[in-house]
Amino acid sequence: MSKGDRRNRLYRAILVSGIVMVIIFSFGRLASAGDPSGASTGTRIDVSVDQSEPSSHQQKQVLDEVGHVKVSVNFIWVFLGGILVFFMQAGFALLETGFCQKKNALHVMMTNFMIFGIAVIGFYLIGFALMFGGIGALKQLGGQPILTHESTLGGWGLVGSRGFALSGPAYDTGIFLFFLFEVVFMDTAATIPTGAMAERWKFSAFAVYGLFIGMILYPIFGNWVWGGGWLAQLGMKAGLGNGYVDFAGSSVVHAVGGLTGLMGVLVLGPRFGKFKKDGTPRAIPGHNIPIAILGTILLVFGWFGFNAGSTLNGGDLRLGVIATNTLLACCFGAVAAMLYMWKKTGYPDPSMSANGCLAGLVSITAPCAFVPAWSAAIIGSIAGTIVCVSVFTLERKFKIDDPVGAIAVHGVNGIWGVLALGIFADGTYGAGYNGVGHAVRGVLYGGWSQLLAQLVGASTCIVFVCAVMYTFFKVQDRIMGIRVAPDIEMGGVDQEMGVPAYTESTDLLEGGV
Amino acid sequence: MKKVEAVIKTEKLDQALDALSEIGYPGVTISEVRGHGKQKGVTHHWRGNVYTVKFIPKVKIEVVILDEDLPRILDAIVLKSRTGNIGDGKVFVLDVEEAVRVRTGESGMKAI
Repeated sequence: MSKGDRRNRLYRAILVSGIVMVIIFSFGRLASAGDPSGASTGTRIDVSVDQSEPSSHQQKQVLDEVGHVKVSVNFIWVFLGGILVFFMQAGFALLETGFCQKKNALHVMMTNFMIFGIAVIGFYLIGFALMFGGIGALKQLGGQPILTHESTLGGWGLVGSRGFALSGPAYDTGIFLFFLFEVVFMDTAATIPTGAMAERWKFSAFAVYGLFIGMILYPIFGNWVWGGGWLAQLGMKAGLGNGYVDFAGSSVVHAVGGLTGLMGVLVLGPRFGKFKKDGTPRAIPGHNIPIAILGTILLVFGWFGFNAGSTLNGGDLRLGVIATNTLLACCFGAVAAMLYMWKKTGYPDPSMSANGCLAGLVSITAPCAFVPAWSAAIIGSIAGTIVCVSVFTLERKFKIDDPVGAIAVHGVNGIWGVLALGIFADGTYGAGYNGVGHAVRGVLYGGWSQLLAQLVGASTCIVFVCAVMYTFFKVQDRIMGIRVAPDIEMGGVDQEMGVPAYTESTDLLEGGV
Repeated sequence: MKKVEAVIKTEKLDQALDALSEIGYPGVTISEVRGHGKQKGVTHHWRGNVYTVKFIPKVKIEVVILDEDLPRILDAIVLKSRTGNIGDGKVFVLDVEEAVRVRTGESGMKAI
């Protein structure tokens, strides 16, 4: 059997098993408890007025209308947040492509583009159920208790198991919308390593990775923090503040992506020529820095949906504070990085300023809902400084080659973000978060146990992601190899795409028809 | 007849061409070239590391002129292209044996 035949057979097997899976999930449980049409989502039960007294038919109708409008506002808000986060995909694609070399531009663009397709399939079939299968009723989306099963160990939640392939009772408009919002967060995490591992990652290895992170890695850690798992229970069950709090995903999304990138780089090794024989790093300049800056600005734009949208509730007017904190941290991060580089190198380095801006955003993502403006400014400024120091330390001391700075931006600052929450949360918001009655308070406001919860969460994130992803990449490297052949790397990984990013007009003359 | 080849900074091209045109030579040939002189390239900074671009983009003007115009042309090109910094470029003058206008077949001085 030739290589081509074998490959065809493999593709056919994958296709058939995929179809079979979808059929099983779709018809497995026909009993439907959800509300697919949306007609009965949002009624008087969503209105928080005393309805115990008998009231007239008209009053009930009015209450139904009010409930429907209330839930509708939340629907619009969550949808808007979701599509804003989706647009961050464009930001990542441009940022990473601009920071890489011309000969690899299409490959980088393609990984940023296809991670969406691949990882979303994994999240749809399996990941969503693992992450949110035990979250319970989504009250603000008018939902019924459908995602209700969490596997536990001694009462500590480990993984959910309802809503596979959005089938059966999960065929519900509220759950579909919630899926849309959450799947774009997963994709943000999944696309981060494409930057750190760019310019030498084999595309087929990338595709397998994409399925794994969307299906298994991201959902499991996500369940522990956002799906009602054991880190979220630290408050209720162990008395540590409000449990581990990561409002919009400094750790769940960014540290997971950044640390995964770090593990990938450790297994891949640096690009050819990145380090001289004596170990000093060489500059490998990006080929389109203006487009990278445009990408950064698109990311800022999308980030408003990322953070403010994470209220999942258009009626939760804390969203004004969240959005402005996001903006402040982003600006202070950019300026801090610019000043740091200006002082150190004599130039207001554009690529590091972009990294500083993103570092500010990453670090404010966890605490954005719980801190006042001055804290957001400090958190962002520290992030902008940390990112420069980390880029230099990772590259010069540890010989880690990250073409776009993703590990420093998302990994290091993701961890800083969740710790910052444990320090700066001021106790004005978050009463009831993770089932704990009081508001979220950090060390500066007497909440030492909150910082402890943050430390537990951050260390768990580091240990879990690093252990699983290092093993994954190592095993994958043994089985299929995750790095391209040397001649492909030298000539540009665009060769894997069959066409360069920037085709020349002479190609037409030479190629012939 | 002389041929003047001037390798100058790209941003000085417009001024040099204007000067040539004023003297009576609107017809020129230019090309984008790369090179370096004694300074051996220029250094840039990328994410805290310094790197050198060895060959710097320049523009080369080629124009064929009458002998008596040579001093004015040289003056014009040199003065218009000068910034006083390294990398201003160089001008070379060559003898030209013959010139032919393709459209009419005229040759020699009439052709330029």
